[in-house]
Amino acid sequence: MTEEKAKAYWKENISAILKLLAIWFIVSYGAGILFINQLNTIEISGVKLGFWFAQQGAIYVFVILIFVYVKWMNKIDEKYDVHE
Amino acid sequence: MDLQTLIYLFVGVSFALYIGIAIWSKAASTKDFYVAGGGVHPVANGMATAADWMSAASFISLAGIIAYKGSDGGAYLMGWTGGYVLLALLLAPYLRKFGKFTVPDFVGDRYYSDVARTVAVVAVIFISFTYVAGQMRGVGIVFSRFLQVDVNTGVVIGMVIVFVYAVLGGMKGITYTQVAQYMVMIIAYLIPAIFLSLMVTDTFLPQLGIFAKTTFAFSDGVKEIPAGTYLMHALDQSLVDLGFNEYTKPGNLWNMFMLTVALMVGTAGLPHVIVRFFTVPKVKDARISAGWALLFIAILYTTVASVAAFSRVNIIDRVQNVEYQKWVTEGVKQDDGRINHGGWFKTWEEGHLLAWNDRNGDGKIQYAAGKAFDDPKGKPHYNGKVAPDGHLLTSNPLPPQGNKPFDNEVYIDRDIIVLANPEIANLPNWVIALIAAGGLAAALSTAAGLLLVISSSISHDLLGRVMFKDPVTGKSKLSDKAELLAARLAAVAAIVVAGYLGINPPGFVAQVVAFAFGLAAASFFPAIILGIFDKRMNKAGAIAGISVGLIFTFGYIIYFVFMGGDPKNYLLGVAPTGIGTIGMVLHFIVALIVSRVTEPPPAHIQEMVENIRIPRGAGEAHDH
Repeated sequence: MTEEKAKAYWKENISAILKLLAIWFIVSYGAGILFINQLNTIEISGVKLGFWFAQQGAIYVFVILIFVYVKWMNKIDEKYDVHE
Repeated sequence: MDLQTLIYLFVGVSFALYIGIAIWSKAASTKDFYVAGGGVHPVANGMATAADWMSAASFISLAGIIAYKGSDGGAYLMGWTGGYVLLALLLAPYLRKFGKFTVPDFVGDRYYSDVARTVAVVAVIFISFTYVAGQMRGVGIVFSRFLQVDVNTGVVIGMVIVFVYAVLGGMKGITYTQVAQYMVMIIAYLIPAIFLSLMVTDTFLPQLGIFAKTTFAFSDGVKEIPAGTYLMHALDQSLVDLGFNEYTKPGNLWNMFMLTVALMVGTAGLPHVIVRFFTVPKVKDARISAGWALLFIAILYTTVASVAAFSRVNIIDRVQNVEYQKWVTEGVKQDDGRINHGGWFKTWEEGHLLAWNDRNGDGKIQYAAGKAFDDPKGKPHYNGKVAPDGHLLTSNPLPPQGNKPFDNEVYIDRDIIVLANPEIANLPNWVIALIAAGGLAAALSTAAGLLLVISSSISHDLLGRVMFKDPVTGKSKLSDKAELLAARLAAVAAIVVAGYLGINPPGFVAQVVAFAFGLAAASFFPAIILGIFDKRMNKAGAIAGISVGLIFTFGYIIYFVFMGGDPKNYLLGVAPTGIGTIGMVLHFIVALIVSRVTEPPPAHIQEMVENIRIPRGAGEAHDH
């Protein structure tokens, strides 16, 4: 593998990780903590939205994020021919 | 069948299963012992990781913590799950490609330093032992309550079971036992949760139960809460009536933020979690098994919020204004005809985890905000005497009277919430027996994983790579057979120490958990991240970073938790539980600065870093 190709692979990898971590931050620290009071003004069937993110919602998103990451990375691996 | 027979049956069958699996999957080499031969299927590894991770604290204590903390409890739910995203994206695939056996392996090799390796070993051992002590206490609580044996016998039985499958089977035995333990644990958690959800809200899935309306009317002691009120409204309303904070109202957001970071990063830095990703065949498998692990964990964690809310409503409904003597002996009928039996109250009272203080002398229980007993933590001190109506008496002086809306008379230990739930809700006996088996599965699976990490740190890292290192080749002078024997002996020693800690629990088990997470967050997580993502990071930077992170976090917790530091002096207002976050930030800053003003790492280390970034060629986990 050429050095250039390795660099490009690593760059694409990092950019995927950063995008996913941005979502990770928004659903947990954003919705569940920093903006919890604002979101709590929205209520669904008695449950305040910020409260729901902190106690349930963020966890669902975490699970989805990892599976998306796996699919995404496998595709990048194949594109650069570094898959196993 | 009566309850006791059912409990013996459930616990006995599950124990026989674990031992059977251990014998079937006995470890033959150090590779089997440390990383299960590196050939575990990702789904099985995910399940084993979930069981390894979810400890007695998750199973027994978490819902109780949330029930009392309300909104702020979200820090624990997000913190103990969000760390897996960091693991999957930032650590697991690269560590698997690195292809060694332990966390000190990585630290020692990447930073070409036996000092770093030794510091890592010490940190691994300290973190894992603080954790194990908590597990053994969990085993003790379950045994003493459900098996009618005393706590010490309970701990010894637990030690023998772990001994059989951890010492014989090593990682291989532990992994397959943990798969079985996950199944026992999740069934034991979900079935009572579903029963509760149906009973309180008429909704099958507990996750959706918090969106539903209550099925019964109840009096919180001040007001009547009608049936058909949204569950969360009923909870907020009744708690406010009783002088508590609103359940869904957030407290100090800054501390919640810091605690969540410390727990997430700590999770991703805990050695017994990281090591699980060395056991799968490929880099691809390491990524996906983190996903499976979190999915299996989420099945339990997404029900916790509901179980917490249901149990808080149940306690108010069942306990408020019942006549003690009649309630605990024959039970009472509530206005709408539901039967309410207080046998559970009596049992836990005798276990000294619950107490009633009839402050107004009316023979009825009143539950409200505030302390029922005059003690710094509101805990009762039993004096061995029994009142005419049968309740246990205490020697605490009377706390200040005349609170609004009335004086609280009940002390409830949070740890009993999950275990007592089925009894509080009058669920069938087999559900109670199931909870006992589940609690033991949770505690034993985590204890075994931790003991393995301790033993491999000693035999592989300390003996093999530091003390018996061949100075010429850099390899261990011990044969594989000798190292395997050393690993087994180290596991035996670790079990004995853990058992001792279980029988003589240090009074501060709950507080030291902050240690484990804080130290993992301030040491391993940054060291590994920088080792992968910063090619320029060198020995000097890493050692400086780890030292500053560890010393700062350690010192802060010692000062404020054990030496009575005044909370007014908290740095930036951060409580000791969340201080690992600051320790981590300091670690990053110090390591980056020091590494930039010292020599770059040697060429072969830089090559190694480039190599771990590329998935191809992971092969099997290899020795040295």
